[in-house]
Amino acid sequence: MGDASTEHSHGHHMDPAVEYSSSKLGMWLFLGTEILLFGGLFAAYAIFRAKYPEMFFEQHVELNKKMGAVNTCILIFSSLTMAMGVSAIQRGKQKVTAILILITILCGLGFGVVKYFEYSAKFHHHIYPDTSIFFSLYFLMTGLHMLHVFIGLTILSVLFVLTLKGKFTAKYSTPVEVGGLYWHLVDLIWIYLFPLLYLIG
Amino acid sequence: MANHTIAHNVYVPFLEKKGILSWILTTDHKRIGIMYLISISFFFLVAGVFALLMRYELLTPASDFVQPHTYNVLFTLHGSIMVFFFIVPGLAASFGNFLIPLMIGAPDVAFPKLNLGSYWIYLLGAAIVLIALAKPADTGWTFYTPYSATTDTDVVLITLGVFVLGFSSILTGLNFIVTIHKMRAPGMTWHRLPLFIWASYATAILQLLATPVVGITLLLLITERTLGVGFFDPAKGGDPVLFQNFFWFYSHPAVYIMIIPAMGVISEIIPVFARKPIFGYKAIAYSSLGIAFISFLVWAHHMFTSGISDIAATIFSFLTFLVAIPTAIKVFNWTATLYKGSIHLHSAMLYALAFIFLFTIGGLTGLFLGALAADIHLHDTYFVVAHMHYVMIGGTVMGFFGALHFWYPKWFGRMFNETVAKIAWLFIFIGFNVTFFPQFFLGVQGMPRRYATYPPQFESLMSLSTYGSWILGFGIFIMTLNLIAGLINGEKAPQNPYGSLSLEWQVPSPPPLENFEEIPHVTDWSYGYGKKK
Repeated sequence: MGDASTEHSHGHHMDPAVEYSSSKLGMWLFLGTEILLFGGLFAAYAIFRAKYPEMFFEQHVELNKKMGAVNTCILIFSSLTMAMGVSAIQRGKQKVTAILILITILCGLGFGVVKYFEYSAKFHHHIYPDTSIFFSLYFLMTGLHMLHVFIGLTILSVLFVLTLKGKFTAKYSTPVEVGGLYWHLVDLIWIYLFPLLYLIG
Repeated sequence: MANHTIAHNVYVPFLEKKGILSWILTTDHKRIGIMYLISISFFFLVAGVFALLMRYELLTPASDFVQPHTYNVLFTLHGSIMVFFFIVPGLAASFGNFLIPLMIGAPDVAFPKLNLGSYWIYLLGAAIVLIALAKPADTGWTFYTPYSATTDTDVVLITLGVFVLGFSSILTGLNFIVTIHKMRAPGMTWHRLPLFIWASYATAILQLLATPVVGITLLLLITERTLGVGFFDPAKGGDPVLFQNFFWFYSHPAVYIMIIPAMGVISEIIPVFARKPIFGYKAIAYSSLGIAFISFLVWAHHMFTSGISDIAATIFSFLTFLVAIPTAIKVFNWTATLYKGSIHLHSAMLYALAFIFLFTIGGLTGLFLGALAADIHLHDTYFVVAHMHYVMIGGTVMGFFGALHFWYPKWFGRMFNETVAKIAWLFIFIGFNVTFFPQFFLGVQGMPRRYATYPPQFESLMSLSTYGSWILGFGIFIMTLNLIAGLINGEKAPQNPYGSLSLEWQVPSPPPLENFEEIPHVTDWSYGYGKKK
């Protein structure tokens, strides 16, 4: 008993206000590293676009603008529901929060379904990551983003269950806020990917 | 709640609990620090053995001990294990973990569970690299394309291991930054922070900003080999030099991830054993940040012979010289601290003095390589090898050994044999110089690195270097034995054997589980030596 409670107190004796601001700072720093991770791909995009403008022009038309646009709307909407969820838990409304997180999760899944059809159409036309530099970039950038969507969905699912269990209140909403920040990053990166890959001619 | 009051009255050292689970499931920063310390020391010794094998091959001009391919594998493993598994996590993860909360007056780091997670990720990366040893890579630790994209050795697994390791590094850096921002004790203002904390802070920023870039670079190399992506393949319209740009954008700042914590260690050891306040506190503190900033602007100095434009090369050469300024600021301030001090030559102090001497040689020879014309001649020769090892062993490893001897009593609550420690230091110091100083001459005479054979006229210098490696290896062997013997039958360490003023010495040795009975109120910096209170 003695051991257990020492170990327990060891991890949890932070002042709640400090814990809140620490978690937020930690997540913002992490988001910075995520941007830098994608930064390598954005740099590669810039370099190869400058080198082969014709290739980018000819091949970007192969991408399905409509599906890309639908997915952009889905993700922006999901960011809205996530932000509303954070605001709801700050006012202590647990049920509303749970519903809003669930909608966010469904949007993320919807994004994945659309992306699945997009990828299969590409494979059907024998377009693969090694087809050209442009498609290498397309598959790697959207693929890495898709990986982040899955990570985001995992985080959201955990938050959903914990919200249902009543773990979060108006006084303690840190995980929802921090998870929300991550989801906004997933949305934000896509907002850059969509015009860079689908729209710019 | 009764336990709560007991915990505040009875001293329970953090090493008290026994059993494997109390280690692998611990969230105590001091234990996590020990686990890192054991892991990095293990990899240091393994990679050191690879180095001894390489040097043994180079005793004679012909490749008579191992085949050239085996030699290529040896330098690849020596380099990549030393860099990614020893020296990059190195001081930051081991001593950073142990010291940061103690020095700033905190009960632990900001995210203790994440801290443990970082260590597991480190182990996972290490496990992947161990699997990769089944068919070890022969690319050199830099994994340069196009060779790394085409060799039939296992490049994917080893780079994947390094990629995983990167996450450990990122999360540790993140944890430390938040800890230093949010967990300082009342009164521990930024300008009262021990200089090791400033150094750790600068290091953590580098870990955070640079590591994701090498992560994506290695991921691209993996997709190059697995998915047929062609970013670095000229046949597919890619550019192999792009890999070098990406790689060094991380790996040059990584050089400072390796050295800055050691600089922090030196800034702690010198004032204690000179019994003088550190000279130029703010200059040392901010020069760490200065080095961190400039380190992002110099990566292309590794590529002067890779066909970059003359203008780019000139600019990068100039920027490279700028690094010398904050670095020299530190060296001058340490020297000024020693001036008229009452110097006590404890073994930790000997390592600190060796650091100043050897690192200065390493730093100055770096300027030769940063100069365009000289670099054309010296690039990829033993001059580079010697320079790099003067910085990495003469700098970081001396700092690491110094830290080991300095904080050993605090960490483990025992003393080691000081006479043996001094003898080991002497062997290490002499052995190191005999190994690497001849390599400057070899390099100037044009001997290229990474060859298993060499022309007979280099034999005397080459074999001298090999003899030196034996002295160095012997010294490290004695040092290791001495430190292990101290753990088993060393005297019990007092709370503050050197009369140090910083916070970690104001708690018992080894520190209690919760670090401080009560969070201390800090009223002064920790360098007020030789003055009346």
